[in-house]
Amino acid sequence: MLEVSGLTVRFGGLTALDGLQLRAAAGELLGLIGPNGSGKTTFFNALTGFVPVSGGQVRFDGKDITGAAPRRVAACGIARTFQRLRLLSELSVFDNLMLGLHLDLPHGPWVNLFARRRLAAAVRERAAEARELLAVFSPALAGRLAEPLRALPMIDRRRVEICRALVRAPRLLLLDEPSAGMTPDETAALMDDLHAVKARRPGTAVILIEHDMAVIERVSDRCLVLDYGRRLCEGSFAAVSRDPEVRRAYLGEA
Amino acid sequence: MPVAAWPALAAVAIGAGLAAALLLVHHKAAVLAVLAVGAALLVVAQRTRAGERAAASAAAHPRLVPVAVAACGLGLVMLLREDNFALLMLCTVALQTLAALGLHLQFGYAGVANFAGAAFLGVGAYTAAVLGGHLPSVLVLVTGAGLAALAGLLLALPLLRTRGHYAALITIAFGLLLRTFLEVNDTLGGPQGLKVPGFTLGGLAFNDAIVFDEDTEWSFYVPYAVLALALLGATHVLVRRLERSWIGLALDAVRVDETAAAAFGVNGGAWKIAAFCVGNALCGLAGALLAMVTGFVAPPSFAFGDSLVLVSIVILGGIGNPLGLLPAAFLVVVLPEKLQGLQEYRFLLFAVLVILVLRLRPGGLLPRRLRRWPGLP
Repeated sequence: MLEVSGLTVRFGGLTALDGLQLRAAAGELLGLIGPNGSGKTTFFNALTGFVPVSGGQVRFDGKDITGAAPRRVAACGIARTFQRLRLLSELSVFDNLMLGLHLDLPHGPWVNLFARRRLAAAVRERAAEARELLAVFSPALAGRLAEPLRALPMIDRRRVEICRALVRAPRLLLLDEPSAGMTPDETAALMDDLHAVKARRPGTAVILIEHDMAVIERVSDRCLVLDYGRRLCEGSFAAVSRDPEVRRAYLGEA
Repeated sequence: MPVAAWPALAAVAIGAGLAAALLLVHHKAAVLAVLAVGAALLVVAQRTRAGERAAASAAAHPRLVPVAVAACGLGLVMLLREDNFALLMLCTVALQTLAALGLHLQFGYAGVANFAGAAFLGVGAYTAAVLGGHLPSVLVLVTGAGLAALAGLLLALPLLRTRGHYAALITIAFGLLLRTFLEVNDTLGGPQGLKVPGFTLGGLAFNDAIVFDEDTEWSFYVPYAVLALALLGATHVLVRRLERSWIGLALDAVRVDETAAAAFGVNGGAWKIAAFCVGNALCGLAGALLAMVTGFVAPPSFAFGDSLVLVSIVILGGIGNPLGLLPAAFLVVVLPEKLQGLQEYRFLLFAVLVILVLRLRPGGLLPRRLRRWPGLP
């Protein structure tokens, strides 16, 4: 589904991504690991149009989306979360989820300003869907749809961010370090959530950036290790974790 | 259990009462007393959560409350029907609020700061001066709004390429340029300005006093006040609906986090420009009618300071809550007129008011609440 070949991103003299090769198939959960600064988040940003691409190609469902603007990438069915949460904290949980649905919502003046009954019916329907989606992660969270986002604890904010990326049923979901800043208990709960995601959207490909190896071990189908913007090795978590190159990159052995 | 209607009706009545009192009293002490009562009521409403009860009650009676507001507005006009000065002030307050609604749409929702509100008011006003008498008045108002939106479109490109302070500077520059242009342009009257023909509707000339008999004569400002309040009411309803719709959500997303919004397909630039144009159109509409009310336009009415007055109305009222604009406009427009001697120092007063509000009540007099979606409890 996603084919990345020779993807290169340079910031001035720094090469953040250096000819990256990567494939992700429908329904697969690909773990993307590597030391800090190895280019994981840069890969997400390049893929979703937030940093300019210096070379290489990105194909999604056969379409070339290399260097496409974020809007076009979103329209293709690629959704993402951010390493540091980018939620609309002064708005409600429902508002945040509906941002994920932006491309499917009608924005004409007639529907929004005058056909208020139709709008109300649509809002009710969307709210029911949103509750159902949140309930997959946490039944308690589903009851807090109308609350301001800033009233939620960290784990629920992460869940809302993941749900926001899921509401439009993306074909490819990019999760940027969802366990960052969470307690071990919360991380365990999050792993269950990732299983729930896979169960709920079996056709969705997921690429997961993660530093917590326990998470990668439990949920990923396949791993890819990045180092200095290059693919170091690829395979099952068990195989990758035994690889001497990987150990050297992570532990700094000579 | 059904929510009672009386808290909302009481709030409307108190608001109308305060407005009437402020417009009617003349003595400095009386004006200050009205202000003190208003401030005390605000504190009480906050402490006892009466404000929230009133808001809940208003939400539960979506038909009754607008009718009550309209009735109070008409009642206020009738009360002041022979008082030219008070009615002129009421018109000015209503139209400044209308323009502030435009700014509020730009700044409060889309996050585009506009420090050239008075310039767009001016585009509308000069449109009324040039076209008045040649076109039906309603069309003149519409053209004024349209031209103001078009003038704003000139700024679209520079606004999209800048952010924050820099975008604000562009609007300041535009305001100064427009005023200078008006001053040196002889066909537009230069520094002396132009006369503006009054509003006419189906043979009714708004600029003639309404004479019933020898003893009963209503001010010619009565129809203007009714028209201004009606326009304000209709626009307020539309802005409210806009906020409680998918459009309002998209604008909020652009303001709060344009990057996150872009990741979900929101075209931030297009939304900002759309909000900027609609907001400027409201300024232009207000300017055109205000020019007809006063019968005269000249460049000094559209200076940078007047733009700042509009901005301070938005900040005082509560960024993102259109309901707060009306009391804020009352304070900003009526106070300097009532407290003679203050006129010279009015900018000082606004500055102090804005600083106090930002310091003590950063959300403004009536802070924004979470969006109330239609169809959701």
